Amino acid sequence: MELVILVVISLVMIAAAIMAIYSKNLISAIISAGVVSLLASIIYLLLAAPDVAMTEAAIGSGLTTVVFLYALNKMRKSGKDG
Amino acid sequence: MQLVGAIITLIGSIFLFLGALGVFRMPDVFNRIQAGTKATTLGTMLFLIGITIGHTDVVPTLKIIILILFILFTNPLSSHALARAAHYIKTPLAEETVRDDLAKDEDRKEP
Amino acid sequence: MTDIIYAIATYIALAAMVLAFLRFILGPKAVDRVVALDSLTIISLSLIVCIACMSGRTIYIDIALVYGLISFVGIVAIARYLERGV
Repeated sequence: MELVILVVISLVMIAAAIMAIYSKNLISAIISAGVVSLLASIIYLLLAAPDVAMTEAAIGSGLTTVVFLYALNKMRKSGKDG
Repeated sequence: MQLVGAIITLIGSIFLFLGALGVFRMPDVFNRIQAGTKATTLGTMLFLIGITIGHTDVVPTLKIIILILFILFTNPLSSHALARAAHYIKTPLAEETVRDDLAKDEDRKEP
Repeated sequence: MTDIIYAIATYIALAAMVLAFLRFILGPKAVDRVVALDSLTIISLSLIVCIACMSGRTIYIDIALVYGLISFVGIVAIARYLERGV
């Protein structure tokens, strides 16, 4: 059963990563990168590494998304690039 | 006792599936928020309660209770913030929508 | 007997995850994607508890707690950005 979970989550994660690259909308690309990190933490958990999974869920999904949104807000406010 | 836990877990997973089906098939952002919040909250609570009843020797009960309370408090809150943001940026409603009271109130507040 | 029921429940939760991810790909606007991300996170949280019960290690439930907290903060930040900027 763990193998099925691993394969399904890996396929979903690859699709999210491809979408993060090819998306035209910047907010959608940021959210896709967050999804990749959330799913990667489940894969770390399946491979029996709980501390790495906790760090990945905290930094990769929470901090990176907020910092990217902050940077996007700064760029949009200064009017250089949207 | 283990069979009761397994059946509760199965019911919870069916609720999760129905919530995801509603997220997939509903025509509108607000309908999707409603389906994706209520059904998945109930489904997750039933799932966790079923696993706790079935495996009382492995799973610590207090942590599961804290987790259930946390989900019960935060999930409607985040979906409410999301619905407010979606209405604020004027997301288009579905064609079948009959009335929109919040738009009327915001128009009255403008002048 | 009970193991088969737990396996069926896990497979149904995986199917729900795939359905929510299909809405995540198809969603025409960013708000649809955030809604799909919300339900995707809740479904994967229950999957984490199921994995913790299967492998018999209780420390995995702490990760579910951190996961729920982080997803709540992220979704509120995205909603606030969509409304008026962080």
